[in-house]
Amino acid sequence: MQKKMECSLPDEVLEHVFSFIRSDKDRNAASVVCKSWYEIERWCRRRLFIGNCYAVSPRMVIRRFPEVRSIELKGKPHFADYNWVPDGWGGYVLPWIVEMVGAYPWLEEIRLKRMVVTDECLELIAKSFKNFKVLVLFSCEGFSTDGLAAIAASCKNLRELDLQESDVDDLGGHWLSHFPETYTSLVSLNISCLGSDEVSLSALERLVGRCTNLRTLRLNRAVPLDKIAYILRRAPQLVDFGTGTYSADLQTDVFSSLAGAFYSCKELRSLSGFWDVVPAYLPAIYPVCSRLTSLNLSYAAIQSPDLIKLLRHCPSLQRLLVLDYIEDSGLEALSSSCMDLQELRVFPSDPFGVERNVSLTEQGLVSVCLACPKLQSVLYFCRQMSNAALVTIAQNRPNLTRFRLCIMEPRTADYLTLEPLDVGFGAIVEHCKDLRRLSLSGLLTDRVFEYIGRYAKKLEMLSVAFAGESDLGLHYVLSGCESLRKLEVRDSPFGDKALLANSAKLETMRSLWMSSCSVSFGTCKLLGQKMPRLNVEVIDESGPPDSRPDICPVDKLYIYRSVAGPRFDMPPFVWTMDEDYALRDS
Amino acid sequence: MAFEKDFNLDATELRLGLPGTSEESEKQASTTLRISNKRAMPDMNEDSSVAADKKCDQETAPPTKAQVVGWPPIRSYRKNSLQTKKTEAETCGMYVKVSMDGAPYLRKIDLKMYKGYPELLKALEDMFKFKVGKYSEREGYNGSEFVPTYEDKDGDLMLVGDVPWEMFTNSCKRLRIMKGSEARGLGCVV
Repeated sequence: MQKKMECSLPDEVLEHVFSFIRSDKDRNAASVVCKSWYEIERWCRRRLFIGNCYAVSPRMVIRRFPEVRSIELKGKPHFADYNWVPDGWGGYVLPWIVEMVGAYPWLEEIRLKRMVVTDECLELIAKSFKNFKVLVLFSCEGFSTDGLAAIAASCKNLRELDLQESDVDDLGGHWLSHFPETYTSLVSLNISCLGSDEVSLSALERLVGRCTNLRTLRLNRAVPLDKIAYILRRAPQLVDFGTGTYSADLQTDVFSSLAGAFYSCKELRSLSGFWDVVPAYLPAIYPVCSRLTSLNLSYAAIQSPDLIKLLRHCPSLQRLLVLDYIEDSGLEALSSSCMDLQELRVFPSDPFGVERNVSLTEQGLVSVCLACPKLQSVLYFCRQMSNAALVTIAQNRPNLTRFRLCIMEPRTADYLTLEPLDVGFGAIVEHCKDLRRLSLSGLLTDRVFEYIGRYAKKLEMLSVAFAGESDLGLHYVLSGCESLRKLEVRDSPFGDKALLANSAKLETMRSLWMSSCSVSFGTCKLLGQKMPRLNVEVIDESGPPDSRPDICPVDKLYIYRSVAGPRFDMPPFVWTMDEDYALRDS
Repeated sequence: MAFEKDFNLDATELRLGLPGTSEESEKQASTTLRISNKRAMPDMNEDSSVAADKKCDQETAPPTKAQVVGWPPIRSYRKNSLQTKKTEAETCGMYVKVSMDGAPYLRKIDLKMYKGYPELLKALEDMFKFKVGKYSEREGYNGSEFVPTYEDKDGDLMLVGDVPWEMFTNSCKRLRIMKGSEARGLGCVV
């Protein structure tokens, strides 16, 4: 009977049906229904997402999916964003590019996050993929403007070049001029991360002028204010614009030219950039504010009164990134002006100062959470917090999906009661049933982890620092959080017992990072031997961990599941614990 | 004290706990103002090699922010953009490479993160797991295998600590932690 069912739908029909299945999860589910579905699905899968480039090898990927057009890869652990992963750790994309050049000549899209990309990689991409369209290098490093020049010169069908937050070496050379005069297909360009003199303004203006489909343009700091009007007038169809330096001596003609240019951009929905802001020029964007859905002012040292004035013009705002200069008063104004707000990020203007420099407290966050019914995503840096505030937030905003709180002094207690913040965060996980991402801070005992393990069933990513008192904390999380994919911990007394008791859980997660915790070298070895499908990597810059007793804690530990076995591109300060470890290093 | 209240709340709460952990944990929480990014391992045999790695001297006063390495979590491009208009001197003194004789890799640090020599030296000690000796103007660093030196704008090798802090951050191009034997002679230039 089953055989009959398998043959009743021709392959082409199944393939057509599968083309409507976009999500990886659904495609994976379809592929395990039966052997023929597996075969059909693997031949028609076009997009791949690989959350950890070391979880699988390029060859394995190519063997299973021979016709891929779009690939996304992530490399270094998230904590590398804060420089907590030593330089040279890994995440090299070259081996992937080399394999894909042979296997996927029609590859169109490459999206990379936290990977090391060299000019050699970029040159290979430029000359190998004839229909290359999308290059996104999010938070990458290792390449220079020479590599970009190669992409510009050769990728005739390039639509998107996005270098968001990458670290690019400036070798001069006017790489933008390498886009041929005949090239017009650019839709999205993000060069906001580039340093001072890496962009030729005239080349930029010509490029913008001839690419009439340009929708996203994010400039870098070097582009002066008085050039913006000219650029905007040549690209009135822009939807997403990032300014350069937003500062100049106040001149009425420059101002009116700028305001007029903004006025002509009827499609503009997102603004960013705004380095070195001169507040007097802010009103130039008022013509577009009523339609704005996204505003990134997190580089702008604008004081609260100016921010309040600006925000009053933005009733459609869904996403706001801002510095803590906004203060409680500004957040109060935000909560009455922007009822559609979905995402709020407040960054510290003086993160390393000891004195409080702005009047931003938990009250600002509370007022936004009370007033904005669609608020889902919060990132908030502040210096004080209370359980009462967190409970209020939790009860009023059960639709939160991302909640990242950073109280800047480690282990800060509830400032009203001097208690730990366990109850407050407990309320967050209890009420916000769809919470997917959580970052903790403040004074926290094992109790908060008990709450998290009990309630946070949809939690996928948890970040912990200076928290907990014992292994119990880690045990609660690993044994309770059913959806957990990524756990990153620093400076918390979590150790051997919890890890060993929950070792099977680690195979259901993408990765676990622990630094400055209490995991002993002996446990790392044991885990590495016991769990062949986990790569257990010890990072220790003070020397080989086996030069110290087994009970010594390791400095940093990164554990991730992999079907590719241990990697071989590690720097001298990273050791893989596997069955062969003892033999290899003797 | 606030923690008396905690003990009362215990009675009304369900606890999943290994026997004996709850009360100890309350006590530990009350002393948590010792901010240390070193693991506390009170049961361990403090071998000299191990003690060098973790200073369990919890009696020291709470360190300043600069000593809690890499906190709060801010991305480096964001840190850089918080700087006020960069003058040439300022850009000169920011991220510098640090090497240590015998170590196979380099590190980078941001000199702007430190307020003075004590914080900088402590950070270097933590980063490379060594001890700097005692500094004196006449003799340089005494009592340690390693000596912190730097290369200045003119390319000269200098001893860390000889010039005022501001001058140092403006002129330092890279740091090098040398073996003491090689550094002899540096500290005696006056």
